[in-house]
Amino acid sequence: MPGSVGMALWILGTVLEILAVVCIYRREAIRRYFFLCFYMLVSVVASAGRFHILQHYGLSSLEYRYFYFYSDALLTIALYFAVISLFSHVFEEMGIERYLRFAAGLLLAGTALFSYAIVSQSSARIPTHFAFELSQNLYFVGLALTYVLWGAIVKLRETRTQLIQIVLSLGIYFSVYAASYALSNLAPGLYSYTRYLLPAFSCLLPLSWAYAFWRLPVNARLAPARLLEAAQ
Amino acid sequence: MTVALMAVVILAASLAALLQFFGIYCRSLIAASVVQPLSPEIQEVTGINSGAADPEDFPRVVQLLRLCPDFANDRQQVSAIRGYFWLVKAVRWTLASLLPDVRSWAETQLGQCAYFAAVALDHRVSNSRTALAAQMHDSR
Repeated sequence: MPGSVGMALWILGTVLEILAVVCIYRREAIRRYFFLCFYMLVSVVASAGRFHILQHYGLSSLEYRYFYFYSDALLTIALYFAVISLFSHVFEEMGIERYLRFAAGLLLAGTALFSYAIVSQSSARIPTHFAFELSQNLYFVGLALTYVLWGAIVKLRETRTQLIQIVLSLGIYFSVYAASYALSNLAPGLYSYTRYLLPAFSCLLPLSWAYAFWRLPVNARLAPARLLEAAQ
Repeated sequence: MTVALMAVVILAASLAALLQFFGIYCRSLIAASVVQPLSPEIQEVTGINSGAADPEDFPRVVQLLRLCPDFANDRQQVSAIRGYFWLVKAVRWTLASLLPDVRSWAETQLGQCAYFAAVALDHRVSNSRTALAAQMHDSR
């Protein structure tokens, strides 16, 4: 079993994910932000599954390792679709949803193929390494997409504070995850130092989403260009 | 070799993006708070007038925030702004002597961080009062 700190962060993260869904539900935004809720709920189910496998097989078992990395890859795909759904919000007046879906599918397939190509060159244990590589690359693709999305928000003068804060917190989350996966890849020995970093950061995403839905009124407006001006 | 090279590129790009997203996220939190006026009571306690704050006020207002119960559930946002405050302070210490524009930008940012903390304090005080009033109403 993970230590008490790890366990506490795990439970806290799951509770916060449920809280975020409750906040979205209370704002009557489930249909509008369906993919954000979907990701949170898939994450809760994955946590329950991981806990079940952990209890039956233990932390160092191969079963847990497989389940962990494959569920993580699935979660990354769910989060990827959440990002694409945010693109639909920003571009909703242009009516290009069909093209967005097609481009998202193409990019996902491309990332999977690229990950497989890299792993097949370098590793004997392809299945687990493929899931790990796919997660790392998808986090990076997600980060790049969030960056593009932020650019679109600034260019199209999107002013919904709720949407802006959701996108920015997603950007922080993707950067931390992509960086920590890359760091694990470069120096696997650092895992013992960074093992609480990811669970702690996975608590921050649902918390910031819950804050955006709970505290910010739906009609709150903000000029993103001013934020960018000041940040430079 | 390919995997390691990819990891280095991803690590560098992710850290750069993290810094930028974190800065803009904090600015979005601050921007939402600078339009809110402070109650006369909080102005008196903190010495901050609506719309203007001194960077030196920030640590003192954060101390006051620690004394106030967190019914508003804004601890994460306050922590993010604290991180941003120290980041901007570090920029002021390192770059301000080379680039004078950075100094005035950093002063504005630090002042706005202090104003954000004062607005958070105002929310916490008002939420504590509401909770106390509800408790007294229930006990009657």
